[in-house]
Amino acid sequence: MSEAAVIGLFVATVQFATLVYLAALGELIAERAGVLNLGVEGMMAMGAVSGFMVGLETGSPWAAFVVAAAVGALVGGFHALISVVLGADQVVSGLALTIGGVGLAAYVGRNVGGRIPETKFTDMSIIGLSEIRWFGDIFFNQPPVVYLAVLLGAGSWFVLARTRLGLALRAVGESAPTTDAVGHSVVGLRVAAVMVGGGLAGAAGSFLSLYMAPGWTEGMVAGRGWIAVALVIFGAWKPGRLAAGALLFGFTLALQPRLQSFDINFLGLQVNQISPALLGMLPFLLTVAVLVVISWRYRHGPSPAPASLGIAYRREER
Amino acid sequence: MAVAQSDHAVWLRGIEKHFPGVIACDGAELKVRAGTIHALLGENGAGKTTMVNVLAGVYRPDGGDVWVHGQRQVFRSPADAIAAGVGMVHQEFRLVPSLTVAENIVLGAAPAFLRSGEIEQKVAELSNTYGLAADPTRPVWQLSMGERQRVEILKALWRDASVLVMDEPTAVLTPAEAAELGLTLRAMAEEGRSVIYISHKLDQVVAFCDEATVLRRGKTTATFSDLMDVDLAELAEKMVGTATAGNIERPEPLEPGPAVLSLENISACNDRGLAAVHDICMQVCANEIVGIVGVSGNGQKELAEVITGLRQPTGGKVSLSGEDITAASPSARYARGLAYVPEDRLGVGLAPKMSVVDNAVVRSYRSQRRGLFLAASKCVAFCRGLVERFGVRVGRLNDPIAGLSGGNLQRLLLGRELAEEPKILVAAQPSRGLDVQGVAAIQGHLVEQRRSGVGVLLISEDLDELLALADRLLVMFEGRIMGEYGPDVTPRTILGAAMAGMPPQ
Repeated sequence: MSEAAVIGLFVATVQFATLVYLAALGELIAERAGVLNLGVEGMMAMGAVSGFMVGLETGSPWAAFVVAAAVGALVGGFHALISVVLGADQVVSGLALTIGGVGLAAYVGRNVGGRIPETKFTDMSIIGLSEIRWFGDIFFNQPPVVYLAVLLGAGSWFVLARTRLGLALRAVGESAPTTDAVGHSVVGLRVAAVMVGGGLAGAAGSFLSLYMAPGWTEGMVAGRGWIAVALVIFGAWKPGRLAAGALLFGFTLALQPRLQSFDINFLGLQVNQISPALLGMLPFLLTVAVLVVISWRYRHGPSPAPASLGIAYRREER
Repeated sequence: MAVAQSDHAVWLRGIEKHFPGVIACDGAELKVRAGTIHALLGENGAGKTTMVNVLAGVYRPDGGDVWVHGQRQVFRSPADAIAAGVGMVHQEFRLVPSLTVAENIVLGAAPAFLRSGEIEQKVAELSNTYGLAADPTRPVWQLSMGERQRVEILKALWRDASVLVMDEPTAVLTPAEAAELGLTLRAMAEEGRSVIYISHKLDQVVAFCDEATVLRRGKTTATFSDLMDVDLAELAEKMVGTATAGNIERPEPLEPGPAVLSLENISACNDRGLAAVHDICMQVCANEIVGIVGVSGNGQKELAEVITGLRQPTGGKVSLSGEDITAASPSARYARGLAYVPEDRLGVGLAPKMSVVDNAVVRSYRSQRRGLFLAASKCVAFCRGLVERFGVRVGRLNDPIAGLSGGNLQRLLLGRELAEEPKILVAAQPSRGLDVQGVAAIQGHLVEQRRSGVGVLLISEDLDELLALADRLLVMFEGRIMGEYGPDVTPRTILGAAMAGMPPQ
């Protein structure tokens, strides 16, 4: 196996990691505020198709990125309306969003399937760093969305840990009655968090359709939204660990299509004989393993999961 | 018209509030002068908590109006009430367990950017000023109930509340902590703040408070502008409407029967994995009430859970009528005649969102079947039987049980546990927080069970109750039994010393 193939694997790892990280970061923000949104797959599909169409029209990937984020936020806002404002079941609403979002994206994009975009995100070298052997190509010669994801992750950590807004957001995910009693708006915080989360998922979708797999095909999100949902658990609801998990999950995603070409014998196992389908299961198996570890490690205290995740809040309920 | 009221810090006028099937407040009135501690008294379900929730902006009243410092206020949310200077310490604390003390205190009024160490330092300053000790960096889930209450008061002071509402503040405190709380509240009143103090403990009310308002069935029935010369019996009478708030009568002596419950060398850990119960040996016989006395948090809860099968002991043996049940499941223990009234009524004892009927049959549903399926008519009939026999006041039987008041929840829970004639009843704090009539009803049932041959293990912090009802008293301190005492022959000072870990020489 050539050096170029290995570097190619890791370059793709970082890109897949970025894709699932953006979407998972959005889900993390919503879940820290106490709202489970299982509609990530649908929001990504809507972001992918709307981003692609704006890209076709305007020729600007950044305009596409912004519009995709806005569409994602709008779709997320629909979930917020149903589950936060009206207090309906978050699981049902989220699943509806996935099914509806994927279907609507297929309908909206029925006439643009197969068209080739004239523009897409182009790689951007970071001066100085991109010259470093191996690391330069893997980390510092990537499309700008990769760097943006790192900034967004750091920013999210800062907001959550070091600002009044973040404190309120964490509190509303742990105990909505408490947060209400001190005078924060439970509905306001939760709706905002879900919409920001939707925006990030939509943006991730456009990264998919304007860089990773330029074009639009029905079902192109292909379960990456679900990987993002699992990744939030894997990352124990912390932006930093989420990044580490994203790289690991990104590696399994990058490895899948390349598996056949890896003629290596690893511990007596012929790697190119492993079915990619099995590899596709790995993120979910890892997530289940992490769930077990979490529940064991935190058996004497509160779990890292937001305590009122999935619970709607109505003030005068007795 | 506001001028005449300007000397009142709070004026709740003609408050009406209805919940489905329940009239919580029916034109109730409350006036509190600035710089005083004002007691709000009344039975369970009299409307006290509803009144203060209106004041705190949690409930919007259906009628009447709210005046704070001479200004008429229409609170749309708790935020509005806080802005008007009303701070509330709820009966169930409103704290976020996973956040630190400092984060909880500043929540809602934090600086836009939180520099590490800065808020901790400011919180530490505030806690020193008022002598309310609390380590700002610890997560709240690690704190005792007394510490959590201090955090709640600090939270109100952080917002500079001029009116502090305390709902049943001493229910979770040790006597020493309660006395300390009295001093803190007095210091706050002397600064010109007003305190509204809801409690059932009349002796504390008379000791702490300057004024009092008595509610009964959603109406104000009496006000006292000076509590110096008020007779406890008079206060109690205004609350219940009859003059029955007297002493508990000791049940007649009975010869104890064979042992129904015995524990041999039981040890257990608490939720944090620390040893909480050490090597306890005890027996409860038929026809007797054994009292476990001690300040809460000394292993009583863990002991009750080991007996009922909710917690595995780390060592020792539990037997029911001579049969080893140490490894039996809670339902197998119930089937063998072990009934349990847990301390946490509306969490462990009853499922809040399930209906009254469902909660009533959840233990004995196997007897309410027709063929493979539950028979709704049998369930309703069973529930109606309990409601009548135990005097539960309910609205509709299919409404969620959480709408019932504390006393009625406890009547239903006790009734459910006694319905299938147990051999042994484990009751943890069964009368805590109940009104006078509720306490009398629950205690009456315990005495009746004892007479009919049931062994009762009564875990309580109310020494008067235990002295009156128990045949034998076991004092528990730091997970150990300090000794066994006869309730009619032991002076309180000796029991008090044993509860503090000092057994008599």
